[in-house]
Amino acid sequence: MTGESLVFGVSGTFAVVGAIGMVISRKAVHSALWVAFAMINIAILYFALEAPFLGIIQVIVYTGAIMMMFLFVLMMVGVDSSDSLIETIKGQRVLASLFALTFGAMLVGAITSSLASPSAGLSTANDNSGGHIQAIARLIFRDYVFAFESLSALLITAAVGAILLAHNERWEPRKTQDQMQRERTLGTHITPLPAPGVLASTNAVDTPALLPDGSISTTSLPGTYGTKGQVDTSREITEEGK
Amino acid sequence: MNPNNYLVLAAILFTIGAYGVLVRRNAIIVFLSVELMLNAANLAFVAAARNTGTLDGLVAAFFVMVVAAAEVVVGLAIIVTIFRTRRSASIDEASLMKY
Repeated sequence: MTGESLVFGVSGTFAVVGAIGMVISRKAVHSALWVAFAMINIAILYFALEAPFLGIIQVIVYTGAIMMMFLFVLMMVGVDSSDSLIETIKGQRVLASLFALTFGAMLVGAITSSLASPSAGLSTANDNSGGHIQAIARLIFRDYVFAFESLSALLITAAVGAILLAHNERWEPRKTQDQMQRERTLGTHITPLPAPGVLASTNAVDTPALLPDGSISTTSLPGTYGTKGQVDTSREITEEGK
Repeated sequence: MNPNNYLVLAAILFTIGAYGVLVRRNAIIVFLSVELMLNAANLAFVAAARNTGTLDGLVAAFFVMVVAAAEVVVGLAIIVTIFRTRRSASIDEASLMKY
């Protein structure tokens, strides 16, 4: 068993494990971390394939930049946004599995039935340009320079588009001090709202304040609580305990 | 070692990614699956470059990475915009243009 086949066996298995973990984990954060794991293993495979430059780029760009941006966006759209496992389209999962099995079997069959010539290796191509990086630089900046320049335009356009899309437009005019003052003095709540977590035994924002009759006050909680059933109601004094 | 093994691995990863696109309904996980498919294509590019002894496949994989980065930027911005208006990242609910 050569060293390369050992690396292929370990990293290839880990990459497939990461991919399967991405598909089957319910929480989006777990999926993102599984994909990052799979991508690191693919980077190791690039090293085994005599492409150290791409291996490093894979770690920096994919695992370092793209996956971390996924994690940032996940923090914005809610870390606990997990999929429901109820099928909305009847038979979708069965059909998708059938499709995936057929497609995968077709691809694998086509590859394995093709004639495997011994790998040519990259050492000749590298030596012709005086090194691996020099050879890649010659290709990028000479043979494919037009594609390279077009990609720079694509990146700029994508950045501008992302700024345009993620830009937060103010739909209503900003409240003036006069309006805020009127809301405060003429609104339903003249006093400040009760603060959460002020019981002697706890100091958490999901602990609602107790009203004089022992029931909980949901106005004491930040806006996102209460709607999701995350309120700690264990301290509420019910009818029996009164 | 048979050099086609890398291509078989790339095919398996691509298939898993395609399955993920079909069955998952969280837009971000669908997007992650697309990234996995792009990675599988990259692996096939690099393996094929080594099999043929040319470096063009590596440059193709490099360009695919750049395009993937641009695609992720725009895609995630769209997901954030949809989430902002609908409070949900599920692709089933973004059906305004269905009828």
